[in-house]
Amino acid sequence: VCTSRFWFNYRHVANTLSVYRSVKRLGIPDSHIVLMLADDMACNPRNPKPATVFSHKNMELNVYGDDVEVDYRSYEVTVENFLRVLTGRIPPSTPRSKRLLSDDRSNILIYMTGHGGNGFLKFQDSEEITNIELADAFEQMWQKRRYNELLFIIDTCQGASMYERFYSPNIMALASSQVGEDSLSHQPDPAIGVHLMDRYTFYVLEFLEEINPASQTNMNDLFQVCPKSLCVSTPGHRTDLFQRDPKNVLITDFFGSVRKVEITTETLRLQPHLEIMESSYKKDWMDEELVEPLKYAEQLPVAQIIHQKPKLKDWHPPGGFILGLWALIIMVFFKTYGIKHMKFIF
Amino acid sequence: LPAPQVGTSVPPEVVRGKRAALFFAAVAIVLGLPLWWKTTETYRAPLPYSEISGLDALQLRLMVPVTVVFTRESVPLDDQEKLPFTVVHEREIPLKYKMKIKCRFQKAYRRALDHEEEALSLGSMQEAEAMLAEPQEQAEGSLTVYVIPEHSSLLPQDMMSYIGPQRTAVVRGITHREAFSIVGRRVIQVAQAMSLTEDVLAAALADHLPEDKWSSDKRRPLKSSLGYEITFSLLNPDPKSHDVHWDIEGAVRRYVQPFLSALSAAGNFSVDSQILYYAVLGVNPRFDPASSSYYLATHSLPHVINPVESRLGSSAASLYPVLNFLLYVPELAHSPLYIQDKDGAPVATNAFHSPRWGGIMVYNVDPKAYNASKLPVRVEVDMVQVMEVFLAQLRLLFGIAQPQLPLKCLFSGPKSEGLTTWELDRLLWARSVENLATATTTLTSLAQLLGKISNIVIKDDVASEVYRAVAAVQKAAEELASGHLASAFAASQEAVTSSERAFFDPSLLHLLYFPDDQKFAIYIPLFLPMAVPILLSLVKIFLETRKSWKKPEKID
Repeated sequence: VCTSRFWFNYRHVANTLSVYRSVKRLGIPDSHIVLMLADDMACNPRNPKPATVFSHKNMELNVYGDDVEVDYRSYEVTVENFLRVLTGRIPPSTPRSKRLLSDDRSNILIYMTGHGGNGFLKFQDSEEITNIELADAFEQMWQKRRYNELLFIIDTCQGASMYERFYSPNIMALASSQVGEDSLSHQPDPAIGVHLMDRYTFYVLEFLEEINPASQTNMNDLFQVCPKSLCVSTPGHRTDLFQRDPKNVLITDFFGSVRKVEITTETLRLQPHLEIMESSYKKDWMDEELVEPLKYAEQLPVAQIIHQKPKLKDWHPPGGFILGLWALIIMVFFKTYGIKHMKFIF
Repeated sequence: LPAPQVGTSVPPEVVRGKRAALFFAAVAIVLGLPLWWKTTETYRAPLPYSEISGLDALQLRLMVPVTVVFTRESVPLDDQEKLPFTVVHEREIPLKYKMKIKCRFQKAYRRALDHEEEALSLGSMQEAEAMLAEPQEQAEGSLTVYVIPEHSSLLPQDMMSYIGPQRTAVVRGITHREAFSIVGRRVIQVAQAMSLTEDVLAAALADHLPEDKWSSDKRRPLKSSLGYEITFSLLNPDPKSHDVHWDIEGAVRRYVQPFLSALSAAGNFSVDSQILYYAVLGVNPRFDPASSSYYLATHSLPHVINPVESRLGSSAASLYPVLNFLLYVPELAHSPLYIQDKDGAPVATNAFHSPRWGGIMVYNVDPKAYNASKLPVRVEVDMVQVMEVFLAQLRLLFGIAQPQLPLKCLFSGPKSEGLTTWELDRLLWARSVENLATATTTLTSLAQLLGKISNIVIKDDVASEVYRAVAAVQKAAEELASGHLASAFAASQEAVTSSERAFFDPSLLHLLYFPDDQKFAIYIPLFLPMAVPILLSLVKIFLETRKSWKKPEKID
């Protein structure tokens, strides 16, 4: 969930999309993700590279991609809608992709980012959600067994205050800063003109890029991400409500989706209806003979494309504007001081 | 005439002023306060809180009516004289759940009728069953056990009992003094295998019990729901080499529909099918040089499902839970493909399933089909083989496991539909208990929530749903205690739907969290400017009145 609007909060949208991208890469399908973005950065008129949202300097990684599915966009991201999604009290006309259809076996990951304070998180610059409301919403989810285990990550200023009031079991929480500290942003980009990401999420993203679906990394490693030397703020975590030991909890339990499978060892005995089958074969065969055989074009090797890492962009010579500016400066210089100085330069 | 008191020449404006202040105060307190209270009150329709808390302590009594029919010579003559009578066997199920569950087998003993005697003296079990099947259809949940003579040849010599596909069973009698109690115990064993045992109920209540064991049997079944959507998909990643055809409509009509109509009491089912081309599994199979085939190891199976799921379109379907059954025809480059179990041996069915999701089966094309023809090769899928596996997976996903048979018991196996009627009964018992547990938890937590947060509006239709849910829970418990399984199940379904509708009503959103300091911050600017002059003038009036009362004492 990204809760901030306006162009200068680009980094919150980039944070959210980075986590979205990692989670999709590790196997969770869109039908299991509810993505709420409070403002549209990719198509914002101030975006110099439209349809992209970058998360690394020099525009290495476009986290917007072409298969992003945003479920709640722009003004639909409100405290009311967020609580409705969590508790399930949604009007019956809501489509399936906007609902949280979890049951008692689902592990849920909630990632929130935006501007926050001691005990609240600001939504859309006009309303707030308090930590007590959030704790109550989680308790209602627990009462209805809408989750098995829940991981709550928040990247805002004073983020630790948001998880102080949780009281339902099986919740683990991570925050980017303690009460009284501010979460800082990571790197401004000169071309886009705003900060691209927050520090905590930047290091979390780097950590997650190393994980693949079969990885055995556990939660203790995630707690070590972004120490104070890199992150300036002190990340915090809360595991007292969680029943398992964090070192036994795999990252892929929450960020990826590994299903329990069982081999089928039994079959049912069925009596085939032989005569009926014969006649249906004949009918199909006769229909098919009249149709020309289809030709299939060479298909793309999809599996290879999916697993590609993003390539580094090649170096391009500086754009026309910079060249023009330098040309102007040189012309003015020579105009003022005369052409005879050229020999000192070359 | 009393002399006027000193200093009591009160000017009329002061008196008017005092009266005005008193009237203001009176209006503010008598009219204003109640009006403010009433208008800031939220509408909360009354709810049956006491009944809801009574539901927690509900005692569930599950009654299974069993009719025990004795043929001649199955028990000693003097025991036969005592027929007919009824014996009740009640047992508490030891589960760590707050609702006490008692299982009660009500055995009605009677003598066999003539046609039953005739049927049970026939040569084979099938003929006997055919003759016995004529009378009216037995109610759901009830069982009939026939007791045959000790040395009857209807059963093979070493078998003591037989369980049939239609809610009937046969048990050997005994000529012994304690015939009734011995036969009674055998009947109970058979009846328990066919209806209720502790693990059936433990599986149904798995979510509500503290988790001490995570056995896979308990976590597998689908949750009870009003309906299910079943989707059959054929995945063909290599249409250039394989031109796959499957007669899914015929197979559904012949094999799946009868199974689903046998199961129709448990919910509404809808079936659809699709064919997906160029759908690959997310995992690369490995090559095994020993058998020159490809294999998928067990540990890579969990990663197969997710890449495929996004293409299945299951999210566009209804709000009912979706079960996906996939048939994968491997590419020519990866044929034949086998699934290996953890010992490395290929699985006979070449299929695996995931609880609450569905199943996947790999169908290898017969290598002989490649010989003569050029690509693409026409492949006709053998639907019988496929449906045998899919229906077995469907049974497992529903939690219809193999029953634990008593010793020396012959089990005939299900009929052609794949489901015996008493397996359906077991499912309905488990579902009823699960529904009642869910409905009770929902109602209790809803009552707690509404009691705790006093500014949630409770509309009338939410209240009526709650009343309906409570009534349905009580009705279901009564019907279970009297042994009417079908109506108990229907009542429990209604209890669950009503309680869920009440709990998830969109109007019950508690958005207004007011910490106390915010409440003060809202009301002080409104009330303080008005209240301070009134209070101060009241205080002044009171002090002056007290002073004027004191004055006469001083004088006198």
